[in-house]
Amino acid sequence: MSRIDEVFKKLKAEGRVALMPFITAGDPSLDVTGKIIREMERAGADIIELGIPFSDPLADGPTIQRSSQRALAGGVSLSKILLFLKEQRSHISMPVVLMGYYNPIFRYGLERFARDAKDAGADGLIVPDLPPEEAEDLIREARRVDLDTVFLLAPTSTRERIERVASVSRGFLYYVSLTGVTGARSRLSDDIGPSIAKIREVTSQPVCVGFGISKPEHVRAVSGFADGVIVGSALVGFMEERLNDPGCPAQAGDFLLEFRKAAKRQG
Amino acid sequence: MMNLPDHRGHFNEFGGKFVPETLMPALEELEREYDLARQDPSFSEELGTYLREYVGRPTPLGLAQRLTEHLGGARIYLKREDLNHTGAHKINNTLGQILLARRMGKKRVIAETGAGQHGVATATAAALFGFECEIFMGEEDIERQALNVFRMNLLGAKVTPVLSGTRTLKDATNEAIRNWVTHVKDTHYIIGSVVGPHPYPMMVRDFQSVIGRETREQILEKEGKLPDYLVACVGGGSNAIGLFHPFADEASVRFIGVEAAGLGIETGKHAATISAGERGVLHGSMSFLLQDQDGQVTPAHSISAGLDYPGVGPEHAYYHVSGRATYVSVTDDEALEGLKLLSETEGIIPALESAHAIAYLKKMIPGTGKEQIVVLNLSGRGDKDVNHVARILEKRK
Repeated sequence: MSRIDEVFKKLKAEGRVALMPFITAGDPSLDVTGKIIREMERAGADIIELGIPFSDPLADGPTIQRSSQRALAGGVSLSKILLFLKEQRSHISMPVVLMGYYNPIFRYGLERFARDAKDAGADGLIVPDLPPEEAEDLIREARRVDLDTVFLLAPTSTRERIERVASVSRGFLYYVSLTGVTGARSRLSDDIGPSIAKIREVTSQPVCVGFGISKPEHVRAVSGFADGVIVGSALVGFMEERLNDPGCPAQAGDFLLEFRKAAKRQG
Repeated sequence: MMNLPDHRGHFNEFGGKFVPETLMPALEELEREYDLARQDPSFSEELGTYLREYVGRPTPLGLAQRLTEHLGGARIYLKREDLNHTGAHKINNTLGQILLARRMGKKRVIAETGAGQHGVATATAAALFGFECEIFMGEEDIERQALNVFRMNLLGAKVTPVLSGTRTLKDATNEAIRNWVTHVKDTHYIIGSVVGPHPYPMMVRDFQSVIGRETREQILEKEGKLPDYLVACVGGGSNAIGLFHPFADEASVRFIGVEAAGLGIETGKHAATISAGERGVLHGSMSFLLQDQDGQVTPAHSISAGLDYPGVGPEHAYYHVSGRATYVSVTDDEALEGLKLLSETEGIIPALESAHAIAYLKKMIPGTGKEQIVVLNLSGRGDKDVNHVARILEKRK
């Protein structure tokens, strides 16, 4: 059982959904990222998603695009992020999921990436532009070192695709709550509940919801049927407004705390 | 070679579908519909009618007499894609795709554009079939290609400036993909080149292969034999693949793809993806890519907005690795010389993209024999570039 599996098992017993903040590593610097990660855990994050910035993030809206550009302008790279994670790992106990587009990973070398990510203390991987059809090589390398490979499902996914995606996903399934790119939204789609019910017909894996989860009330709403929520753009956008403020990490922690309070399973 | 890609969209190690899950069902639908359309005689019949009566096909294949004499080697034929309606080869593809979009019941089409030629061709097809149309174009290209922006507006399309990244074709493509992800239910994305996820590289190639099929018939009629060389410029690579593909199994016909070397490959400011790039994934497929050591895509540079792209079609990557085609490059300055050369010897002002292919003739023709035949794809006309070229030449005085 992986560390991610253990988190979901524990939360299920506690009647709570997993809270997963997403931040871009290196935005605005790895030093700040280190502080934020610790604040996230303090505020009750269960798993952290650490974004590896890419020059062409085609699944992301403007907030994450700007965040990626800031991080790249600050000089981070995948190798620096892995070294950073290795240094930071002992300061936090929650699982770490690396989320990044395929090209930097491919360029780094799949075997080397899986080995170094594991060695740095990562628990799972999410590669948003790598569907199962193209993921054979990365899955093989990840399995070899026991890294969970998290795959995405979307409102457009057919039953056939849900089966295929669920068969290769490990740790949890990432349900994209809307047909669109990442970014804060004022209201959630009404189809999330029925879509997750459809996914549950196929798999018993935890299903977590991301894209557009922007307010504590969204978390509350989704807690009725999901096993976890991912808060990305809303958090990154909140930090963007106070990047030069030394109090930013602590404030980000307080921001997440409101989501944490809402992350109680309903019914 | 004619049988690729395989059913997963792979040209050996290249191609594939590297896209967010939201788009996978749309690509599967497109694959299915395209497959049905291909087998439906009424589809190719209708497309054929539009190509004849609306685009003006077949385009002529003509001997460039004075250019041939000037360069003093192989006989040079020009495949006149510049004479198509809208002034470039792009319309061959947009008409094919809009007929497909209609079959799929879509109401809206979107496209990316660099030089604006594909945007104009998409806006044209959308007007012809009554589709809503939105074109994504980098802010820098909007400035470089003001005339084409005006054309698209006249045709009823909405041109959306893209302000992210390098503000050129690469970022316009990102934005078009993001828009497609968001509106996938009622929108078809008309990709303009042999790039993107499967089935686009195959589908765009098939629609552009009309160039090579006509060329084959025309050259056999004129010369009684196949050409020795096919020459075409390569950005994403659609005009080149369109010319090459029908000759893929003719070992005696050599393919030459001419990339944009910009200010020179050694300066790092170029768009010579195959000549100087590395394997990587951008915009949904595995191919060659201009990138740094960390896998970040690096900006391309070319005098020609249509070649200013850091990627290249996966089939070209495959042709390169397998040795089927040779890829060379010419600089901005050489392309300008090529533009002048064709204008002065043949009375044809080529697009800056096609001028790259012309420029390469100066290098290759001295090594050819007079009995040999070269077919060059004149992919577009130069009207759109005249202002841009005038400004550059003025600055240099």
